[in-house]
Amino acid sequence: MSNEPNEWLDINLTVNGKAVSRRVSCRKHLTDFLREDLDLTGSHLGCEHGVCGACTVKLDGNIVRGCLLLAVQCNGARVETIEGMSESGELSDLQQAFHELNAFQCGFCTPAMLITASELCYGGHAVTRDDIRKHLSGNYCRCTGYQAIVDAVHATCIARGQGAVK
Amino acid sequence: MNRDTGPSVGHKGTTYIGAAVPRPNAKRLLHGRGKYVDDIRVPRVAHAVFYRSPHAHARILSIDTSEAEKSPGILRVITGVDVAQLCTPYVGVLAHIKGMQSAPQLPLAVDRARWQGEPVVGVIAETRAQAEDAAQLINVDWEPLPAVTDPESALDSGTQVIHPLLGSNLCFERSVDAGKVDDAFARAHRVVECTFSMARHTAVSLEPRSILAEYDPSEQQLTIWHSTQVPHQMQWVLARHFNIPEPRVRVVVPDVGGSFGLKIHTYGDELATVAAAILLCRPVKFVADRMESFVSDFHAREHRVKAKMAVSKDGDILAIEADDLYGIGPYSGHPRGAANEGIQVANLVGAPYRQRAYRGRSRAVFQNKAMYGQYRAVGHPIATIATEGLADKAARSLGLDPVEFRRRNYIPANAYPYTLPSGVMFERLSQHESLEKILAMMDYPALRDEQTRLRRQNIYRGIGLATFIENSNASSATYGPGGVSIASQDGCTVKLTATGGLTVASSSNEIGQGAYAAIAQIAATAVGTTLNKVKVIMGDTDATPYGGGNTGSRGTGIAGEAAFQAGKALRANVLGFVARLIESEASLLDIRDGNVVDSASGMTHMTLEDVARTAYFRPDQVPKDYQPELIVTRSYAQKTYTGTYTNGIQGSYLEIDVNTGFVRLVRHWVVDDCGTIVNPMLVDEQIRGAVVQGIGEALYEQCIYSPEGQLMNGSLMDYIVPMAAEMPDVEVGHTCTPTLTSELGAKGAGEAGAAGAAAAIMNALNDALYPLDAQLYSMPFTPERILRALGKVK
Amino acid sequence: MRPEHGMSNPDGRDSGCDRDGGVGLKSPAFRYVKPASLAETFGVLKSFGDEARLLAGGQSLLAALNMRLASPRVLVDINDLADLAGIRVSENAVTIGALTRHRTVERSPDIRRYLPLLYQAMPYVAHPAVRNRGTFGGSISFADPAAELPACCVALGAVFQLASETGVRSVPAREFFKGMYETALRPDEALVAADIPVIGRNYRSAFAELSLRHGDYAIVGLAGHAKYEDGALSDVRLVYFGVGSAPVFAEAASRILEGKTPSPGTVLAAQRELPRDLAPNDDAMYSAAVRMHWAGELLVKVVEQFSAKDEGNRE
Repeated sequence: MSNEPNEWLDINLTVNGKAVSRRVSCRKHLTDFLREDLDLTGSHLGCEHGVCGACTVKLDGNIVRGCLLLAVQCNGARVETIEGMSESGELSDLQQAFHELNAFQCGFCTPAMLITASELCYGGHAVTRDDIRKHLSGNYCRCTGYQAIVDAVHATCIARGQGAVK
Repeated sequence: MNRDTGPSVGHKGTTYIGAAVPRPNAKRLLHGRGKYVDDIRVPRVAHAVFYRSPHAHARILSIDTSEAEKSPGILRVITGVDVAQLCTPYVGVLAHIKGMQSAPQLPLAVDRARWQGEPVVGVIAETRAQAEDAAQLINVDWEPLPAVTDPESALDSGTQVIHPLLGSNLCFERSVDAGKVDDAFARAHRVVECTFSMARHTAVSLEPRSILAEYDPSEQQLTIWHSTQVPHQMQWVLARHFNIPEPRVRVVVPDVGGSFGLKIHTYGDELATVAAAILLCRPVKFVADRMESFVSDFHAREHRVKAKMAVSKDGDILAIEADDLYGIGPYSGHPRGAANEGIQVANLVGAPYRQRAYRGRSRAVFQNKAMYGQYRAVGHPIATIATEGLADKAARSLGLDPVEFRRRNYIPANAYPYTLPSGVMFERLSQHESLEKILAMMDYPALRDEQTRLRRQNIYRGIGLATFIENSNASSATYGPGGVSIASQDGCTVKLTATGGLTVASSSNEIGQGAYAAIAQIAATAVGTTLNKVKVIMGDTDATPYGGGNTGSRGTGIAGEAAFQAGKALRANVLGFVARLIESEASLLDIRDGNVVDSASGMTHMTLEDVARTAYFRPDQVPKDYQPELIVTRSYAQKTYTGTYTNGIQGSYLEIDVNTGFVRLVRHWVVDDCGTIVNPMLVDEQIRGAVVQGIGEALYEQCIYSPEGQLMNGSLMDYIVPMAAEMPDVEVGHTCTPTLTSELGAKGAGEAGAAGAAAAIMNALNDALYPLDAQLYSMPFTPERILRALGKVK
Repeated sequence: MRPEHGMSNPDGRDSGCDRDGGVGLKSPAFRYVKPASLAETFGVLKSFGDEARLLAGGQSLLAALNMRLASPRVLVDINDLADLAGIRVSENAVTIGALTRHRTVERSPDIRRYLPLLYQAMPYVAHPAVRNRGTFGGSISFADPAAELPACCVALGAVFQLASETGVRSVPAREFFKGMYETALRPDEALVAADIPVIGRNYRSAFAELSLRHGDYAIVGLAGHAKYEDGALSDVRLVYFGVGSAPVFAEAASRILEGKTPSPGTVLAAQRELPRDLAPNDDAMYSAAVRMHWAGELLVKVVEQFSAKDEGNRE
């Protein structure tokens, strides 16, 4: 790859386990790339300035805000979105808890909320409701008021042997 | 109809009324398979971006789009004049509200911009980024004009009149004067007064306003995919203002990422997007970004209420007077107008209480600030704040317990139906019962003990109550006579499918609250089949019955009733059909869990699939003189009252750090009476979500405008919305007074949480501050305001 | 939009909704390059001067770009410079590479042991998703007046290593932060590491911050560092953030506590000195008076932490 500054670049990355190659505008952020170039519309945009968290996906196994990442920065990286994480089944117990406890209404914040929560739920440490509230404090939800989400995440942690009192 | 158990469903099969089932058709949202407007893919779509006025009030001297037009990817640049050739002006005035006035408005500003953020030029390009690049090249020559930004002085003679032809900045005024108010104040034992002020705020739905418009010139067919609560209303607005025959306008509502009253208005940028689609003959999409949302979404709730209450020595409320003033935008919003908040405030201050004498006035004045309109619970939070703030003040002035004061003054349980001085009629409320229930839930005496104990350790906690009234199931009185085509009836078509399932087309609209689930549960119950066999169709003016969409907590009460009636009618048709086929009587048959059975023995005669197959594929097996009707439509409108008012009460328990001024919400309770409940889990979650919006109103949210009319905090970093870490758990309980205006008996619940939360927090805050000789009535109750009230900061 | 809060004004333009035309949340066009070495990085910086911006975690810069508050010609992505990441403990100091992610700092047992002030501060830095990308060096270079790490570095006596084509120079934290988003970095320089003395024997660190919501930028914050021996404080360093355009070392307040036993009286005396040290401005969200009040309240909390009974801040 020639290393002159460029407005367009070819990138190769893995998205939801599949190799992807695209030519992309350097100014395009990851979420726009996912939504527009790959038609993975499960990741949403709520603010594009890094506050609402609706764009949360996973990059090399860590949760990140897709609007604060350029697509070109993901060259060579492994990206996971709600689509992939649903198909793999890794979120299924969390999704079921969300459904049973009505931890979502309009659903716009939900993919990001699930992905963010999964970092806590599947992290292996004991988790209290307070921990959950703090961990999710960067994900805006206007519909639920958060309580049912905390309930669902806590129930999932308990089922996985990670729940703690309070 | 049994008051205690809800509607009689007439069968012994599974019933879903009152069932807390997880929402059908919602799992896809968990999998990222929701389809919001921005997810819809249409070939050749172009993107619209708007250049917006940076001034609150300014004359447009010239617009130079030449540089923008040359920018890469640009397809078209449109100005107000261009759009005005396609779209007629609209005025947000309701004909039946005497004296209401507003000026005609066009989608893009022509000659003059009247609020910072008003769209002026539309740039259409192949990509959004290209459109934004080009928009920065637009040059507008502005002549700034004085801006009207203070509601208190908007009507002063020296203040600029925004629309000279209107003669003043007064949009609307409503007055109520009943009983001898001045006498009552003169002879009262005590009079308490207070000025309450609430900040302008905005819905901040996570999905911004979004529209995708496509015009087919060969058929003159306009199709829009629109994030909206009201598809039929939008169909009417577009047909009327773009002069397209109504049947050729189709509004499709995919998934909506939250609305809360935001997405029910006519927005200039959305109409301009439609105009662009017509001009380009290509689909055009507009999705408001977050920063432009702050200056272009309709705002709400900016009120100042001066109120007073006269009480007798024993603690009876003798009279209430309230004077409300609120600053709207430079126009009253279309089509619903900006009078709604004021009407509710003027009508409902003092509503929970036996009103001996009442004088109320509300005035809406134009401002050079963002447009303004309805937001969850509309004027009810303001009325509750004024009423319940006065109640606590009055109780304290008499040395009475606030609980006792309320109990004593509530409308007596045997006084219903009860008519307020403002003319509003309550069918029946359960205020005493709700009060007792919340006191038990809170363990009120124990809370008071804990509060006292902690005060001795210099920890200041407060307990606050707020009784609230919330309208629902509005009749046509609100809009019908106003001359706007806003439906107050809803319809439902229930169809038996070939394999015995149900397709239910409803004029209700899903915005995340669970409208789909409610309709599905009602239809399944009314027919007698299982929930998993039901499919609901909503949000398409080509495919659903005509109706009001989803606003004002009407989805379950009105659209749900239509579904109930349609389901029952289909059941009757099926039973009649089967009775004829097997030569029996319909009264001996039942439908249970999708099977037509013998009522007495439960033995299955035919499955619903058998019924459908016979009717659809084997008319040869049906008697020649009999035509089964397995597709049934019913409509319903609530016509008995202006609305079926609901009631409830909220309790807040909080702690103030008197050194930093920070508030910690310890607990929150709600008791709500919404009549028959279809899905308790969905109702409780609606209440919780609305409570948190009320918490935002009380503690965090405010649109800060400079005197020049510039919004100073228009980003999510600076406009503070509630996030998870600070929110309390909300305990919800219910009393149940079904409405007799419908068979289902359901009243609305979507707005109840917002109606009372801020008032409960205010009362708890002032309860905590009282021993420190501080009281606060200006929202939001920021830490700085609390410190100033405590005298810790000068 | 007020300067004390968040993303505004890195290029000095008016931000937010009062931008002319109020347009856009898509980044303006720029060219992008990802150098493989520091030398290559310096080459780009030399070619483009102040039209180039370094991109590390991007959690501040990309937000600014999206909001069209910054429009660099070239974005220089330094995330491949692996040598710049990592935490190294030597005998007296911990060296934190500029590209070390916040999450790494947050989870590092070495940081917890040797630089407990950072351990205390990290949970306040934004949210988990931001901490996964944001870098130590990015936060220092961006120099937001309401950010936690710059103040902590001043309190800890950190020394920053600034590299350029011509070599590396050291700048102590106290001299590095010049003003709002303004540092001692020259256009051709990159921050590569911070050397921070490990916490000394009998030293305590303390951290307190006020914000309306967990994870927000601080309204006002205080990073504190002091020796607490035989019931008396010495070498007191109180560094405020969110009260000015850069972290403020409250010298007068710190000096008053020298040699004193923490008590309500000494705290009050220190609070009285604060007007000498701090001069916040009124802004659209908060008055100067309330910021001063909160500064005083944070002093109470920090002194309490200094003298708390069971502190494990020892070697």
